[in-house]
Amino acid sequence: MEVPILKQGRFLIATIQAALSDADLVQLRRALIDQVIRFRSHGVIVDVTALDVMDSFATRTLRDITNVIRLRGAETVIVGIQPEVAFAMVQLGLTMEGVATALDLEEGLAHLQHRAARNT
Amino acid sequence: MPSSKQSANHLQRTAAQSTEVLQELVAHLRQNRTQLREEWANRITEAQLLTAMTKEEIFTEATSVYDNYVETLATGTFEALQSYSRNLSERIIPRGVETHEVVGIVLLLRDVLARSLFAKYQGDFTMLNRILDAYEPAANRIANTVAVGFVQERERVIRQQQEAIRELSTPVLQVRERLLILPIIGVIDAQRARQLTEQLLRGIRTNRAKVVVIDITGVAAMDATVANHLVQTVEASRLLGATVIVTGLSPEIAQTIVTIGVDLGKMNTVGDLQGGIEQAERLLGYKVVPVADTALS
Repeated sequence: MEVPILKQGRFLIATIQAALSDADLVQLRRALIDQVIRFRSHGVIVDVTALDVMDSFATRTLRDITNVIRLRGAETVIVGIQPEVAFAMVQLGLTMEGVATALDLEEGLAHLQHRAARNT
Repeated sequence: MPSSKQSANHLQRTAAQSTEVLQELVAHLRQNRTQLREEWANRITEAQLLTAMTKEEIFTEATSVYDNYVETLATGTFEALQSYSRNLSERIIPRGVETHEVVGIVLLLRDVLARSLFAKYQGDFTMLNRILDAYEPAANRIANTVAVGFVQERERVIRQQQEAIRELSTPVLQVRERLLILPIIGVIDAQRARQLTEQLLRGIRTNRAKVVVIDITGVAAMDATVANHLVQTVEASRLLGATVIVTGLSPEIAQTIVTIGVDLGKMNTVGDLQGGIEQAERLLGYKVVPVADTALS
């Protein structure tokens, strides 16, 4: 299932709506990086509210996305991790070091706007 | 040595005999119900058991226990007795009846009935022996069932109370918009630690918290497992987008955390609760200023 990517001003919003296969995740990574370059976006939000499980591959892919996009000078925020998912991830040692997280879409946008304001 | 067939026959015969004997026994107990029951109730009062109950109550309970006892002897099935003793325990535990009292009254009933059997069959020693052979195992099993039923009910009540205490002891409080406090008091075991985490993560979501202050001033000691759990909680909260500040670490707990080699860079710690709340306010962009110096003077 393809993940829709919406452009909202200088930011991109990718909302994951169902469990993704590994191939879908790779596809999401490519699509996001392409669009960041095309729209010269300043920030990306990946909304994972709908996911009730996050395995090591998903975590690593999200971290890769963050790192690649950071090399383009933009920031990524992962939003909407469910409490149970968060605790399961920590127990598996998937703590997503260096990746910004926020409670939900609204918080994520606020975080990106705050950073953009500070950088200008 | 008897062949197995013979011994099987022998067993069957004894079983048949013992049922027969039991029926006679039950008939005897039913006939003398009034007298035996009264004697038993008197013995209970004499022994100063069930002091929390009035004489009438004791008599009513004694009657129903007696009837259930005889019924169990007659049918040989314990299900009815089990549910009766559960039901009885449910009623008398809130009255403050102790385990030794319940066991005591059942044993008294056993003795009273045994005495009456002695009295009845004192002339016929063989018959008395056979009657006791049938009576004793059944009576012991009944005493056992009632005692176990009582203890199980008690344990159930204790478990329920523990659960209630646990729920009460882990409040997640909102002190300001988007700022939660989680004061932890008492001993943290693995189960409580898990419950704390669940409540905190749920609290972060429902209150849309950005900063959480976990105050562990009231925790005297913590083992490595629980310390690790605390660190995991901090990391899980971060995944939800909340910053955690831990305050009030006692020297011992600080030692534990250093000994297990937790990366302190991930943990945001402040000396006391006041300092923690002040830092949280700074993170949230609050600035607390006294209105005027008139308020206290």
